[in-house]
Amino acid sequence: MLTAILIALPLIAGLFIITAGGASSRRIALAASLIELLISLIALGQFQINAESQFVLNIPWVSSLGISFHVAMDGISLLMVLLTTVLTPLIIYSSFSHNYEKPQSFYGLILIMQMALIGVFTALDGFLFYIFWELALIPIYFICLLWGGENRAKITFKFFLYTMVGSLFMLVALIYLYVHTPGAHSFNIEALYAAGHSLSLPAQRTLFWGLFLAFAIKMPVFPLHTWQPDTYVVAPTQGTMLLSSIMLKMGIYAAIRWLLPMVPQGVDAYAQVVMILAITGIIYASLIAWSQVDFKRLIAYSSIAHVGLIAAGVFSANAQGLQGAVFQMLSHGINVFALFFISDIIERQTKTRLLGNLGGIRSIAPRFATVFMIVMMGSVALPLTNGFPGEFLLLNGVYQVSSMYALFAGVTIILGVVYMFGAYQKTMLGELNAATEKFEEPQGHENIILLICGALVIALGIFPKPIFSIAEPSIQHILELMR
Amino acid sequence: MTKLVALVPILPLLGFVIVGLGGKKLSKSLSGWIASGVVLISFVVSLILFFHLNQNSEQEVSIKLFDWIAAGRFSADLTLMVDPLTSIFLLVITGVGFLIHLYSIGYMHDDEGHNKFFSYLNLFVFFMLLLVMGSNFLVMYVGWEGVGLCSYLLIGFWHKNNSYNNAAKKAFIVNRIGDLGFLLGMFLIYVTFGSLNYSEVFSQAKFYVSDEPVLIAITLLLFVGAVGKSAQLPLYTWLPDAMAGPTPVSALIHAATMVTAGIYMVARSNILYTLAPTSLHIVALIGVITAVFAATIGLLQNDIKKVLAYSTVSQLGYMFLALGMGAYTTAVFHVVTHAFFKALLFLGAGSVIHAMGGEQDIRKMGGLKSHLPTTYLTFLIGTIAISGIPPFAGFFSKDEILAHAFAHNKIFWLLGLGGSVLTAFYMFRLLYLTFFGSFRGTHHQQQHLHESPKSITIPLIVLAALSVVGGFIGLPEAFHTKHLLKSFLSPVFADSDLRMLPAEITHATEYALMALAIIIVIVVVLLARNKYVVKGELPLQDGAPMTALPKLIAHKYYVDEIYDSFIVKPLHWIGTIFYRFMDIQVIDALVNFVGKATVWSSDRVRLIQTGKIGYYVFVMVLSVALLLLYISY
Repeated sequence: MLTAILIALPLIAGLFIITAGGASSRRIALAASLIELLISLIALGQFQINAESQFVLNIPWVSSLGISFHVAMDGISLLMVLLTTVLTPLIIYSSFSHNYEKPQSFYGLILIMQMALIGVFTALDGFLFYIFWELALIPIYFICLLWGGENRAKITFKFFLYTMVGSLFMLVALIYLYVHTPGAHSFNIEALYAAGHSLSLPAQRTLFWGLFLAFAIKMPVFPLHTWQPDTYVVAPTQGTMLLSSIMLKMGIYAAIRWLLPMVPQGVDAYAQVVMILAITGIIYASLIAWSQVDFKRLIAYSSIAHVGLIAAGVFSANAQGLQGAVFQMLSHGINVFALFFISDIIERQTKTRLLGNLGGIRSIAPRFATVFMIVMMGSVALPLTNGFPGEFLLLNGVYQVSSMYALFAGVTIILGVVYMFGAYQKTMLGELNAATEKFEEPQGHENIILLICGALVIALGIFPKPIFSIAEPSIQHILELMR
Repeated sequence: MTKLVALVPILPLLGFVIVGLGGKKLSKSLSGWIASGVVLISFVVSLILFFHLNQNSEQEVSIKLFDWIAAGRFSADLTLMVDPLTSIFLLVITGVGFLIHLYSIGYMHDDEGHNKFFSYLNLFVFFMLLLVMGSNFLVMYVGWEGVGLCSYLLIGFWHKNNSYNNAAKKAFIVNRIGDLGFLLGMFLIYVTFGSLNYSEVFSQAKFYVSDEPVLIAITLLLFVGAVGKSAQLPLYTWLPDAMAGPTPVSALIHAATMVTAGIYMVARSNILYTLAPTSLHIVALIGVITAVFAATIGLLQNDIKKVLAYSTVSQLGYMFLALGMGAYTTAVFHVVTHAFFKALLFLGAGSVIHAMGGEQDIRKMGGLKSHLPTTYLTFLIGTIAISGIPPFAGFFSKDEILAHAFAHNKIFWLLGLGGSVLTAFYMFRLLYLTFFGSFRGTHHQQQHLHESPKSITIPLIVLAALSVVGGFIGLPEAFHTKHLLKSFLSPVFADSDLRMLPAEITHATEYALMALAIIIVIVVVLLARNKYVVKGELPLQDGAPMTALPKLIAHKYYVDEIYDSFIVKPLHWIGTIFYRFMDIQVIDALVNFVGKATVWSSDRVRLIQTGKIGYYVFVMVLSVALLLLYISY
């Protein structure tokens, strides 16, 4: 039941805000997202640590086609839901620095987006999953289109088309699986698993690409990433945050839930190819990030690099790789949110994102610089920050497949420092200049958000164990399904 | 006793949190004393643990704090332990560390970042303690990376200066290159032994045959980490730049923490290395080459801290030489004596720089002996100690290394002896140019020359005393006394000692070698004295014409320039090409082409449809996919 409430609440709140939110939209949205957070925490409290899907709601929807409204949470889903419910209020709160026009639409769309994301993370019916998957695209499309920056129409449209093309491949794959479900056809995930397992190797191989393309475009995995930097840069900050800190996890989550156990032989056949692509992407995107002069674009490329490592870990298909991926999804969500928020604060105060025009901020805003430093440590995976447990396990997982892959993937720990520390130095260190001399230490809600981020980075770095415990049984279950 | 173990690192962490969060609210003296106090208490606790281990047959005291990372069969706890090896490092880290804290109270008194500085120092000590106290490789790695972070923070402490910031960034990046090796080494250990806990890894490793490829691979990968952290060829370049930080930081990095991490790691993993003689040989080779290489650079440096920095690189080379010959105790011995005299020398240099109003160029000093008598005397002791003149600390540890080298490999011995000749020369050159002759600075500087306050001179005096007597913990057996350090550490190296051929040289040979070394060093010192005191020669000014070899050396063999031109710049260039060409002109253009082609082809069939692009895409993708599926099915 809790799962259903988690899906329904943001939808209702979102629709309410759109119709009647008016000037207080953002406060209502914040309140709604906090209630949502509270409910998800209740779910966390009630969650039993085992592989079972819990808080199940399973009602027939289109019985004749075997479609049900089937949602539930196992450990992995619960963690992804928590990521969404923790970050959504932060994203809404972070928008308090801006005065968006038509706030009722803006905040309504954010909440509807949240609904769709939670739906994606909890759906256990293939058709329902697809619906939520596509539904998630619509609010973010409008958020980018209506509140975005220069050139937004063209860029957003490309983003929309690109990801939709991917989704269509997935739809075809799902329908194909559905047709092959044993007995009365059903979109139930277990039935789809059974169908996938029964397929011949060539069919599994083809299906692999159908599903993979959809997920890989969303993440994005090299070389399907070119929509991403432009979209991140042009989207309004909160849109970028939704995209990078939550939405891209749809792709990774889907790969774990809807791809690995679905067509294990297909995965077997192509996991290496995917890993090579992903690892190429790590180095490729890191080197590009190094060459960036625009801070927001630099973060966008760094995100591609980080996601590349997560993808490589997922397709190493062992306990370490998957645990690392799940953990890193949470950490990356927090860190990339914080980085985009930091870049937003800098841009709003100095009117520039160009690294060459910045500098010296640390000497007048030491607290801000310290939080940035902590987040950066998380981003470069320093031990005792949230970036480390995930990255360590991911590389460990990759190593078990091939030490060479791990060597190249591991270059991320060097290049990550090169571009992040470079950006830090260019913004925070050195002498003040015309753009930065009037910078003020963030106050009020900005300060609160920054402190929360800093605290999360450290807390998850020191005590990651509870998260591993929650995910472990579900991961073992998925690995068993793959055998 | 186990609770005390946890106290050792937690105290400096507490200091970091209190002083760090307290910020400007705490007065300078209060934060300075808190930060120093916690380290002092840690030192006292370390002493208690040391005596406990010394008196009891117990080989190890440990405490599990909590489970840290777990996934599938992999798990790692945050468990702390103290055994004899760790105990020695604890004493050095907290003991010398405390003196450096104490010194900083005076040295950093007028700096506006005073409190921040002390919080970083505490954090540095905390991570170093974690490094040596972990009971598995992962906790060692936490400390390993943590000291890297602290060095970044402290080297770039004066963060308005971008050349300091660059030095800080460089230190972190170069360290990370090594860390990748360490990380891969850990993965291979996990894959091979199914665990990262020392006890499980080492007890299984014992049953491996010598030079099994997997052991060679593990030890070499870990060694890459050591090369980065302990500044050996080819990753030493960060250390000389690291002197950008305030001088106490240099003392901390070079003596008490950070660079000795690599030595600790190899000594800790001694059984793995003993069983991989090939790796040991490489360790020794890198060590001895670095020792000589860095010493030659030291000959022509004119910055007081740079000379000391290269001497650290060189001395670390000696330690790796010792490790590479399986003389683990000897390496630890040299860590200890080096900690005393190198901390002394850096803090002494700090006192000089303080008196000179920030000047670091020894060509602009001279004659400071009479103005800074305590600093001079203690610096002299440090110089004698590092040069290997008996009975000062450095003599015994270095002599032990050379004795092993003589028994092991005569070429190593010859190179080692050559390196110590160079060391004696550049150190006495430094001493003479700084403290002898006449003052060469400005009139303004001369008027302000003064001996440093007590908080600075007291640590100098204590360290000087340690540099005098520190060598007695490891008197050679030729003296028919007990090698205290060796017997204390023997449980840690027992398994390795069983497998190592003892380096047998007769006492007569040992005496002869000692005599030879002493005579040569004394001759060199006299030569330096003749050149810089009697003749009063001065090093060339910058830009003065030089012959090829000195020019090469004065420019540090152009290693930085080579790395920059052949690695850094090309990679940055590739990044730019990837962005401007690959990403925009190739990959994205291809995507756009596919999109446009779709629109174009849908235009052809417009008659039957409404013109919505989404629909066309849908139909196209659907048909293509169905076709594919049909074929494969």
